[in-house]
Amino acid sequence: MDKGIKIMIKIDHLSKHYKILKAVDDLSLHVNPGELFAFLGPNGAGKTTTIRIMTSLTRRTAGTVMLNGIEVGQSSVEARKQCGLVPQSINLDRELSVFENLTIHGKLFRMNRADRKKRIDELLDYVEMGDRKESLIKNLSGGMKRRVMIARALMHSPAILFLDEPTVGLDPAMRRKIWALVKKIQQQGTTVFLTTHYIEEAEFLADRVAFIDKGRIITVDTPQNLIARIGAWAIDRFVDDDMRPQYFADRKEANDYIAAQNESFTLRRVNLEDAFLSLTGKKVGKE
Amino acid sequence: MIHGMLAVYYREMMILRRRLTRQIPSWCVSPLLYLVAFGYAMGRHVAVDGHTYMEFLVPGLVAMTSMTQAFAISSEINIARFYWHIFEEIQAAPVSDAGYVAGEVLAGMTRGFLAVCIILIFGVLFGVHQSYPPLFFAAIFLNSFVFASLAVAMAMLVKSHADQSLMTNFVITPMAFLGGTFFPLHSLPLWAQKALYFLPLTHASRAIRSASYGQAPEAISFAVLIVVGLVFFTMAVFFVSKAKD
Repeated sequence: MDKGIKIMIKIDHLSKHYKILKAVDDLSLHVNPGELFAFLGPNGAGKTTTIRIMTSLTRRTAGTVMLNGIEVGQSSVEARKQCGLVPQSINLDRELSVFENLTIHGKLFRMNRADRKKRIDELLDYVEMGDRKESLIKNLSGGMKRRVMIARALMHSPAILFLDEPTVGLDPAMRRKIWALVKKIQQQGTTVFLTTHYIEEAEFLADRVAFIDKGRIITVDTPQNLIARIGAWAIDRFVDDDMRPQYFADRKEANDYIAAQNESFTLRRVNLEDAFLSLTGKKVGKE
Repeated sequence: MIHGMLAVYYREMMILRRRLTRQIPSWCVSPLLYLVAFGYAMGRHVAVDGHTYMEFLVPGLVAMTSMTQAFAISSEINIARFYWHIFEEIQAAPVSDAGYVAGEVLAGMTRGFLAVCIILIFGVLFGVHQSYPPLFFAAIFLNSFVFASLAVAMAMLVKSHADQSLMTNFVITPMAFLGGTFFPLHSLPLWAQKALYFLPLTHASRAIRSASYGQAPEAISFAVLIVVGLVFFTMAVFFVSKAKD
């Protein structure tokens, strides 16, 4: 990581239009070096499109993207060297071994033979897959494939790791394991840009969260601040066949309210889902 | 460009190595059937231009196979692109479009060349002893370059794997039968000869057959293959750059 760079990712007025659909609409944000930044939004919000533009997979309609001081597009090859990408779908060569998949990535990123071999051993130990080096990808579980994809994305020691829905389809235990790995990667200095529609994932991992909906950023803040904006405690009540949460600044206020009602309520902590709901009027899991 | 080309080629060769035990028998089936059915059973008493039909057929099969197997790389690219999304891994890497195309074309040419080796072995087993001068291999090299480049270009244009088989049915299969593979083109009406003269496979068949007969192939055949190959290669680079949405 270049210590002189104060902003690792800088996006200015980024737009991507597909005919009449605005997949990304005048989006601006910045991510600091070493930060774990999360994009939280429903399916179709524009999360993946933004990552694809940053990693040179999709052309933008307007705006600029700078990665570690390098503009994406102007010097696309140099910009690509800054990025490690773990896409949403498993895109490993199924017929090849873990070692061969990582070797191909190393070759694509111009690593020499000695560096490749050393890095593969390091990374497979890092993701706790050292004993599966010669295993064929098709024989691995979903969680193992995800870990191989993370190891592959880290092969060339990128400044920024992009994780697009990294735990989608995984069981809760494996999800926790991936979270611990992502935290470890960030603690070693890599900037991490994560997209997710899992509330707990963003809450647990992110230093800052951007809510995104219909291609636009609704707000950006720390998870704690986003939650604090609407209160600390919540109760859910059914109104017109719909769950409507009600928020309270503290537990006493919530309990006083419940005591004054003739109904019974379950009191719970406010989470990012509530913050998203109060700002957009819809849940993260809904399109 | 060289690093990217070698990395892409390495990936294709790793996959080919894993599949080789299945791939070799599949490369054997079609040529063996053509040699048995057309060469041995039907063509035993037929002579073409002073050569046995088997001697006429083997160079034609070499031209056809180097075309079909080099073009088959398009299916591999499509599967990698549409089903396994591996194309994205390459697009996200610091690999130029020309480097990617060159790697895939080289892989297609390698497949074509390996499949040709099988035909040559079968030819010997069927008693065909021809000469294989450097120009024989140069024509095979250029023919597979033409069709591997076309394959990469088409793989970028099609929107699904089903579209890919349409391409094979409408372009490759007719060319395989009409490019001077199974019968001499001079037995066709003049207008058909003129039309088929523009097919690259016609020139590949002529050059490969002339070289295998121990004659000097026409320079025009090599010129056509070089020009068409470069045009297809340039198209492939252009379509790869356009493959980003």
